[in-house]
Amino acid sequence: MQHVLAPHPMHAPDGFFSAWLAIGGWIVVAAMVALAVRYTRHQLGERQVPLMGLLAAAIFAGQMLNFTIPGGTSGHLLGGALAAILIGPWAAVLVMTAVIAVQALLFQDGGLLVMGLNIINMGIITSFVGYFTYRPIKGLIKGRAGIIVGAFAGAWLSLVVTAAAAAVELALSGTSPLAVALPAMVGVHALIGIGEGLLTIFALTFILATRPDLVTGESAPGQRSARWVILGLLLALALTLLAPLASPYADGMERVAQALAAPQEAGNPVGFTVPDKPQFFGEFREAPYHILPDYTIPFLGEGPLSTILAGMIGVLIVFAIAYGAARLVHRIQTNRSAEQT
Amino acid sequence: MHFHFADAYEDTGSPLHHLDARVKVVLAFLMILLVALTPMGAFGAYIGFFAITMAGALIARLDPLMVIRRSFVALPFAAAAITLVFTMPGPVLGTVPLLGWTISAVGLLRFVSIMFKSMISAQVAVLLIASTHFTDMLWALGTLRVPKVLVAVVSFMYRYLFLIAEEAVRLSRARDSRSAVIGGHPAYSGSLIFRARTTGHLIGSLFARSFARSERVYQAMAARGYQGEVRLLDPPPLRARDVLVGLIPLVIGCGLLVASLW
Repeated sequence: MQHVLAPHPMHAPDGFFSAWLAIGGWIVVAAMVALAVRYTRHQLGERQVPLMGLLAAAIFAGQMLNFTIPGGTSGHLLGGALAAILIGPWAAVLVMTAVIAVQALLFQDGGLLVMGLNIINMGIITSFVGYFTYRPIKGLIKGRAGIIVGAFAGAWLSLVVTAAAAAVELALSGTSPLAVALPAMVGVHALIGIGEGLLTIFALTFILATRPDLVTGESAPGQRSARWVILGLLLALALTLLAPLASPYADGMERVAQALAAPQEAGNPVGFTVPDKPQFFGEFREAPYHILPDYTIPFLGEGPLSTILAGMIGVLIVFAIAYGAARLVHRIQTNRSAEQT
Repeated sequence: MHFHFADAYEDTGSPLHHLDARVKVVLAFLMILLVALTPMGAFGAYIGFFAITMAGALIARLDPLMVIRRSFVALPFAAAAITLVFTMPGPVLGTVPLLGWTISAVGLLRFVSIMFKSMISAQVAVLLIASTHFTDMLWALGTLRVPKVLVAVVSFMYRYLFLIAEEAVRLSRARDSRSAVIGGHPAYSGSLIFRARTTGHLIGSLFARSFARSERVYQAMAARGYQGEVRLLDPPPLRARDVLVGLIPLVIGCGLLVASLW
C-alpha cells in the first residue's frame, strides 16, 4: 500500500476554466454553503463544528489510502457520496468544502479562483447525486442488499456526473471541445467510479457493523430543499443535451456581438467595441470574452453530436437499469414476504 | 512515525510574510482573476505577470526556482487542453506524422496561452501559501465574510488533520504487518474486491474513530463552556501602508490587462 499524496485528477488548477465560469461557481457555492450552514445547525446543534471538522479530516486521510488496481495505477476515495450517506447531503457539502479548501490553501492542490467550481464538482454534485441515488434504491430493496446496491450506484454515479460536469465546464471555457472531453472524462470516471463504489460499500458496511448509530443521513433536515438542488442538476443536464442541438441554428452570442458592433462601424461611438488593433504582442486576435468559443459550435453541430448524446444517454440507461433491477428485487421481496404471512 | 505533508508554508520572515493576511488573500485572488481575464495570445502581458510573481518571490525571500517548480502542478491538466491543438479550425501549421492530425495555429496558441496562465496563477497561489500561515489565512477568511461556521470547521479539520492522517498510517501499517509475504516472492495482494474491501474497512474504521473522537472533543469543549457559538478575535484595523503595498502589484496587473486588451 502506498502513502502518497496523489492529486486527484479533478482538483483543477487555475487557468483551465474561464473567469466568468469560475465567478459563477463561487456564487453558487456561496448560496449552497449558506443553506448548508443553516440546515446542519438544526441537524447537529452544538456538535456541528467538532463533528464536521473531524469528519473532514477523516475524508482527507481516507483519500490517502490507496489500493492498487489493474493497469499499474491506484484507486482512492473521493468520499462525497459516502459522507452524504452517513450524515446527509447538506452536512456533506460543508465537509467536502472544508476538504477542498484545505487541499487548495494548505497543500496547493487545486486552484484558488476555480475553487468554487472544484467545490461544485467534487463536493456538491458528489454529495447530492450520491445521496439521491442511494436513498430510493435503499427504499426499494430491503435490508443489507438495498444499502449495498444503493451505496455502490450512488458512489459510481456521483463520480460519473462529476466528470461530465467538469467536461462541460472545460468546453464552456474553450479549453477542450465537448465532443472530446465528455467521452474521455465520463469513460475514465466510469472505471474510477467502480473503485469509489467498492470503497464506499465496504466503508459503509464496516461502520454499520460497528457503529450503526453513526449513520444519521436518513434523518438529515433540508430534504425538501435538497430536492430542488437535484432538480437544478437535472435541468443542467437537459441544457447540456439541448445546447448542441440548438446552436447550429441560432448562434445567439455571435448575432448580438455583430448587431452591437455594426453601429460602431457606421460611426456610432456607443456600442460594443471590437478591438481592431493587434493585441499586446499577441499575433492572433480573438474576441477575448466568449461564453461559447466559436469552434465548439460548428464542431458539435457537424459530426460527433451522437458521441455526446451517447455518453449522456449511456449514463441514463445505466441508471434506468439499476433502478429497474431494484424494482424487480423489491417485487420479489414483497412477494416472498406475502407468501410467508 | 510522522506523516510528511507537502505543507507549503516557509517561514522566512520577509516583508511579504508580515503583510496583512487579509490584503494577501484578496490580492492573490484578484491577481489570479486578472490573469484569467487576460486574452489568449497576449504573451507580453504574461511576461509582465511572470515578472510580478518573480519579484514577489524575491521580496518573500523564496527561491524563485522553487516557485516555478511548484507551478508545474498544472502540467497533468495539459492533457485536457492539448486537444485544442488538433481540433481548432484555422490556418494549419502541419500534420502529425503517422496519425495525420492537423496542427492548428490558433489551437496551438490557445494551448500555450492556457498553460502560461495556469502556471502564473499557480505561482501567485504559491506566494500566498508560502508566505501566510494557515491559521492567519483562516482568520483572514473569517473577517472577509466567509461563514464563521465554515471557518471553524476548516480550523478544526486543520487541528486534527495530522492526527487523523497518522491514524490512517497506523491502521494500514497494522494491516500490512498482518499480511505475510514470503521473502523473494512477489507479494500476493488478493483479488480486486479483496483489496477494495481491506481499504474500505480501513476507511470505515477511520470514520468510526473520528466520529468517536469528535464526541470526546465536543464533551471537552462543552465542559469548558462551549455553547455552539464560534468566536473569532476582533480584526485589528487594516493598516493603510499594507493596503497601499497591496495596491502596487494590483495596479500593474490592471495596466497589463488593459494593455493586452488594447
